[in-house]
Amino acid sequence: MAYSDKVLDHYTNPRNVGSLDKNSDQVGTGLVGAPECGDVMKLQIKVNPSTQIIEEAKFKTFGCGSAIASSSLATEWVKGKTVDEALQIKNTDIVKELSLPPVKIHCSVLAEDAIRAAIGDWKKKQAANSAAPVAVEAKAGN
Amino acid sequence: MSATVSNNGNHNDIRLPIYMDNHATTPVDPRVLEAMLPYFTDRFGNAASRNHQFGWLAEEAVETAREQIAKLVGASAKEIIFTSGATESDNLAIKGVAEMYREKGNHIITAVTEHKAVLDTCKRLEKYGYRVTYLPVMKDGLIDLDDLKRAIDDKTILVTIMAANNEIGVLQPVAEIASICRERGVLFHSDAVQAVGKVPIDVNQQNIDLMSITAHKIYGPKGVGALYVRRKNPRVQVAPIIDGGGHERGMRSGTLNVPGIVGLGKACELCMQDMPQESKRISALRDRLKDKIMGSLDEVFINGSLEHRLPNNLNISFAYVEGESLLMGINDVAVSSGSACTSATLEPSYVLKALGTGDDLAHSSIRFGLGRFNTQAEVDYVAERVVETVNRLRELSPLYEMAKEGIDLKKVAWAAE
Repeated sequence: MAYSDKVLDHYTNPRNVGSLDKNSDQVGTGLVGAPECGDVMKLQIKVNPSTQIIEEAKFKTFGCGSAIASSSLATEWVKGKTVDEALQIKNTDIVKELSLPPVKIHCSVLAEDAIRAAIGDWKKKQAANSAAPVAVEAKAGN
Repeated sequence: MSATVSNNGNHNDIRLPIYMDNHATTPVDPRVLEAMLPYFTDRFGNAASRNHQFGWLAEEAVETAREQIAKLVGASAKEIIFTSGATESDNLAIKGVAEMYREKGNHIITAVTEHKAVLDTCKRLEKYGYRVTYLPVMKDGLIDLDDLKRAIDDKTILVTIMAANNEIGVLQPVAEIASICRERGVLFHSDAVQAVGKVPIDVNQQNIDLMSITAHKIYGPKGVGALYVRRKNPRVQVAPIIDGGGHERGMRSGTLNVPGIVGLGKACELCMQDMPQESKRISALRDRLKDKIMGSLDEVFINGSLEHRLPNNLNISFAYVEGESLLMGINDVAVSSGSACTSATLEPSYVLKALGTGDDLAHSSIRFGLGRFNTQAEVDYVAERVVETVNRLRELSPLYEMAKEGIDLKKVAWAAE
């Protein structure tokens, strides 16, 4: 099974590896997959609260080359998009971009799930904060 | 296609890519190839042509090969049947005994860590009404002899247990298993594909009744193998699975692959000659590889018994790093992995699973199979690349990050898809 050049590129030069502060209000963290499945992706986004634009994204992945490439690509794509725009990203777009073979399609699905999970986590935090305005002000020093 | 790398601190240049997957297959030894060639060109006769020189020369070569193989395993030449390889030998042994001894019983015992050639054959026999017991293995990969004793009943006709495992290199206690079988009047077959030529085998000392051998794991060509079938004490019979002319004493019809057989014979002869020194040399290389890797990385686990193991095998799990991504990172080294991502079926290694290794560690495993042509310089290079790649991938790994934070990964509620 030969890897596509793009997969190799993302594997050798992964974009946006690392972590954001998961305790920050502006950060949404998605952790999907399971070690028993051989695939775990952590994808984090930092969202500008007023514009809802994803300003930063970071990932870490335990998985094969295609999984690493899919999540690396996901962080590239979400950056600069609004949260709602990022929700439009489909796994099929990732498959196409990376030329993933059929056996690796599930890697792209997991990456899409990771994006949704990160956004979901961020949205939950926003909802919790709007329900407790006092708490938001207290954290304003973040 | 090959690049040369100068290894600092070692005078040998290495040619890339490096092949360390000798359990999958081996290169044909130049001496083997040389022995085979005349049988493609001048001496191309059919070994069954009884009436002319072309046939006689071919037959002579086949009989020489038979002797060479028999000698390596302590058998007599008449007990060696040629096949197309170990898969066929396994099929012939198991189905052949099952059919021949049907009146005596219909129960077969094997182990969960056997090669698919054995497991799938047993599954097929189950469809025909045979009962099969799949013995579990202990954490070190060995079967429990008491489990075997308990499993044998008055309908058992065959026990089939491999001498050495292809994934983890673990050596089963073949002589003890055979002696239990002898006591109970049950035939014992061993798939000895990975063991022959690497560790001493003697079918009489070890009381083996049937044994599968292949050429391509011992520096011979693909497409040829043999089945040892005992003729005395007891006399074993197998029904053929291929009909058509009655070659090989009626046990395996079909024109003999003379060049292949010559290759198999020569490969066995070379193993016999080289085994004592070669085992020592390769075992030292394997230990060097192991020590370098384990000396530079933490959370690294050997799969299977180190004590009862082939001298050339190393199967290691690297926690928090997935196998296929590791293989990609050492793409100038040929090895294999127990990870689901590297298998056609997306299932992790069933052998590692049988050891009780968690799926996560099965996904993180790499199998190194050292061989006759590997050098110390290659081992050093590979160790360095592995350590470097594992470290890099751990930086990318959310599991490593969580472990370093003190999180017990076994307690996490994963949101698996």
